[in-house]
Amino acid sequence: MKGTNLGEFEEIVLLTIASLMAEAYSVNIVDEIASVTGRKTKLGVVHAVLNRLEKKGLITSELGEPTKERGGRRKRFFQISHAGKVALMKAKEQRDRLWSNIPELVFQGIR
Amino acid sequence: MSKNREIPPRWMSWILELYCSKDLLEDLQGDLHEYYTRNLKKSQFKADLIYFLDVIKFCRLYTIRKPKILGQMTSFNLLSNYFKTSARSLARNKLFSSINIFGLAISMSIGILMITYISELLSFDTFHEKGDRIYRVHSTYQSISSSEPSNFASTSVFVGKKLKEEYAGFEKVLLMRRNFRADLNKGENTIAVRGHYASVEFFDVFTFNLISGNPSTALSEPNSIVLTETSAKKLFKEQDALGQIVTSGEDSYTITGIIEDLPKNSHIQFEALMSFVTLENRFAGSETTTFFDWRSIWMNYVYLLLPEGQDPALINNHLKKIAEAENLKTDRYQIHHRVESLANLVPGEELSNNIGPSMTWKGIYQLVFLTLFVIVSACFNYTNLSIARSLRRAKEVGVRKVVGAGRTQILTQFVFEAIIVALISVTISYGLFVLIKPFFMEIVIDGNDLITMDFQWIHVLYFIAFAMCIGILAGILPSIVLARLKAISVFRDASSVKLMKGLSLRKILIVLQFTTSIFLIIGSTIAYRQYKFALNFDMGFTTENVLNVSLQGNHSKLLMTEIEKLPEVSKISRSGMIPNTGEIWSEEIKYKDPMDSADVFVNFIDKNYFSTHEFTFLAGGSFPYDQEEGDAKFVVVDELLLKRFNIQDPHSAIGEIITVDRRLEDAKLEIVGVVKEFQYTKIHRESEPVALIQGTPDDYMHLNLIVQSNDMVAFMDKLEDIWSEVDRVHPFEARFYDELIQEAYDDQATLFKIFGFLAFLAISIASMGLLGMAVFTTETRQKEISVRKVLGASKQNLMLILSKGFITMLIISAAIAMPLSYLFFTEMVMVDFVNRITIGPVELLSGVLIVFTIGILTIGWQTGKAAMTNPADMLRDE
Repeated sequence: MKGTNLGEFEEIVLLTIASLMAEAYSVNIVDEIASVTGRKTKLGVVHAVLNRLEKKGLITSELGEPTKERGGRRKRFFQISHAGKVALMKAKEQRDRLWSNIPELVFQGIR
Repeated sequence: MSKNREIPPRWMSWILELYCSKDLLEDLQGDLHEYYTRNLKKSQFKADLIYFLDVIKFCRLYTIRKPKILGQMTSFNLLSNYFKTSARSLARNKLFSSINIFGLAISMSIGILMITYISELLSFDTFHEKGDRIYRVHSTYQSISSSEPSNFASTSVFVGKKLKEEYAGFEKVLLMRRNFRADLNKGENTIAVRGHYASVEFFDVFTFNLISGNPSTALSEPNSIVLTETSAKKLFKEQDALGQIVTSGEDSYTITGIIEDLPKNSHIQFEALMSFVTLENRFAGSETTTFFDWRSIWMNYVYLLLPEGQDPALINNHLKKIAEAENLKTDRYQIHHRVESLANLVPGEELSNNIGPSMTWKGIYQLVFLTLFVIVSACFNYTNLSIARSLRRAKEVGVRKVVGAGRTQILTQFVFEAIIVALISVTISYGLFVLIKPFFMEIVIDGNDLITMDFQWIHVLYFIAFAMCIGILAGILPSIVLARLKAISVFRDASSVKLMKGLSLRKILIVLQFTTSIFLIIGSTIAYRQYKFALNFDMGFTTENVLNVSLQGNHSKLLMTEIEKLPEVSKISRSGMIPNTGEIWSEEIKYKDPMDSADVFVNFIDKNYFSTHEFTFLAGGSFPYDQEEGDAKFVVVDELLLKRFNIQDPHSAIGEIITVDRRLEDAKLEIVGVVKEFQYTKIHRESEPVALIQGTPDDYMHLNLIVQSNDMVAFMDKLEDIWSEVDRVHPFEARFYDELIQEAYDDQATLFKIFGFLAFLAISIASMGLLGMAVFTTETRQKEISVRKVLGASKQNLMLILSKGFITMLIISAAIAMPLSYLFFTEMVMVDFVNRITIGPVELLSGVLIVFTIGILTIGWQTGKAAMTNPADMLRDE
């Protein structure tokens, strides 16, 4: 199944959710991605990815308390699920393995 | 924009709400709102714009709400659950369910009646293959002496011929003339047939099936006759009728075709068709005939068959040209013509001189309006009662909502329930419909035997659709009320739920319903009393045991001598017309002054007439003898005629001579007797002078027998035997005088029946409305009642408190209805009646009494129930 591997942006969103812990909701995620990676992402893109991840079962969500700045509407908080954690670990493992296979001299002079 | 908004424009988020699925909507809206607030720092416009773009951009596959139909698929499973709950709730409140069902059923039976009636009317003349191309020429006649032009279905032969000879634009021109009558004779058999004259094009234009004979020549020769299957069978039994020659009086006709019996939904009906040429030949030689004149528009019909795609306006133009040319020739009248398509003949506009049955749209609209009124009224009651009862269902709704039912689902459930009720009602109403059908046929269709109102399978479909409509109409409001209930408030305190607004509107409606009921009951009482009054009215002569035998053109003497031999017949007399049955004959009568003539009602009678009918003589007596040949010599007059000609003393009138004009051509008649004033016309007309003239054989239309018999059936058989010896063509017709009078006042009986029926409808609908209100009041005031009871209120006391409002409503209704119906009947309906009942308190109070009884029973039943409940049950939870 194609969905077992994470896409690049999916991975970033997942990592961001993991790093934000209990504060992970869409606007926050967009801001965090922007501040950490410097990538200006659109809410729509993030929203779509969140939806997809939730469908895949990699994240779970629940509604929080309504706040005034949102016009009295509740936030949807995301949490990384067990499957999500596994997927992230797997991705990291794959990369680490690849990294470890690269001889030192390839990157000589860059650092 | 002068002031900064803090929130995005409403319509933008509305777009989002429109497409976005429920579970995504809230946080997405929140997100966008958050961004909006951020963007506000830049500028209002920019924030608005970005918000708007976002709203548009978020319209993606995963955010879009799934179409309703998919959601409904799951609720299809719920239908079985709805059905179960509906059935349970109907079964739990058997009484209320049956009231609801029956209430709807009553009004729906009227709806079914209308559906059957109208679908039958609309099927008229649909069987003609070229029906869409058939048109009929109609006429409008405006005489200079009348202000209103009259419209006719008939037209002149002249127009038909003119069109055929000088104009183009149609395939066929069919000429017809109504009132063909003949007694056809073949050997032993004679049958009386009625029909029309028709030209040879008849079978080209219309689609009537010819069983034998050639359709293109059947009506081409003079004295050719086409018979229907039934009449041919009657005349020829099993023989082949085609080509046979039959005689009628002096004439003989050749049968050139046998036609299948006509479908009932044809506006043209006949037993025989005579070729039109026969008529043309008959009149062609005559100098004096008006048959071919432009102005003879009373008896003839012109049907046109237009070519495919032809605009009838062209024909109208032709007709206009003809009319313009002809109208110039006279200044006494103006005639105009126009064509009307076959589809618009029955039902159609109001026309005189129709060739067959006619039904007008106007009449249909009135019926439909009445039906809608009844139905809406009943639906209102269903709504009323269901809302009142819905408190009982509030908890159920609460539980459903808690479990996750949406507003639409609750709505669907209760509409579904209403539809079930309506479907049950429709089956009951079909039973009611069968009961009221003959009644309707008698009154509204009035003996028009072409309307059968028979069941057809397609009706089942109509009825189901009708029931669904009614279910939705009646159930939608209570369903909305229930769907709106908030689960939390239902559980917190059920009695705090505001179920109804516009209580005063409902009160007004109920007062209105009761006013109508009282009015209708008073109406039917008055109509009934007037009817009975007419039947028992002292007419000045006796009608008891008088059997009137219609002579139907036969010579009276022969029959009389035979009938006189019967032991049951004690007396026998002959008369022209029968008084007090609506029939009127009149002549112009003069006394000494030749310039002073009076229109006087007359009857032509023989000398025994006075003894069979027991007239009271003031002076003189009956004619000395009967005139079997030659002219009349004597007359008996009534006292009003003496008054008219200023003769003071009845005795001095004997031997005086009066002159009777018109029919008798200045006959001088000697007065031999004066009778007391008697009822010649129907009783609501003023009595006028009457002359009873000595009859001659041609004048007599009826035999009047005084019959004393214990076995009427056997006696009638004997009479019929005598009759068939004398006349083999016409069926025997004999009626008792009292029956004839009863028939003459049928319109009043009808009025009484209509009023009675409407009253029944109105009162059932009204009391159901009242019941709804009573239930509502008692249910919402349950706690108050309990508290009062605990504090020591007696049952009577409680009932009084609860009923007070309703009694007031009833009294208001009575106060409106009584004077209203009094005025309506005395000033409008019976204003011209000379002899009428006086409308007193008995008539007026009858309606009030009935309505009050029903109303108070309804209220008392509910309030009594409420007053009897154990207060502990109600207050336990407090």
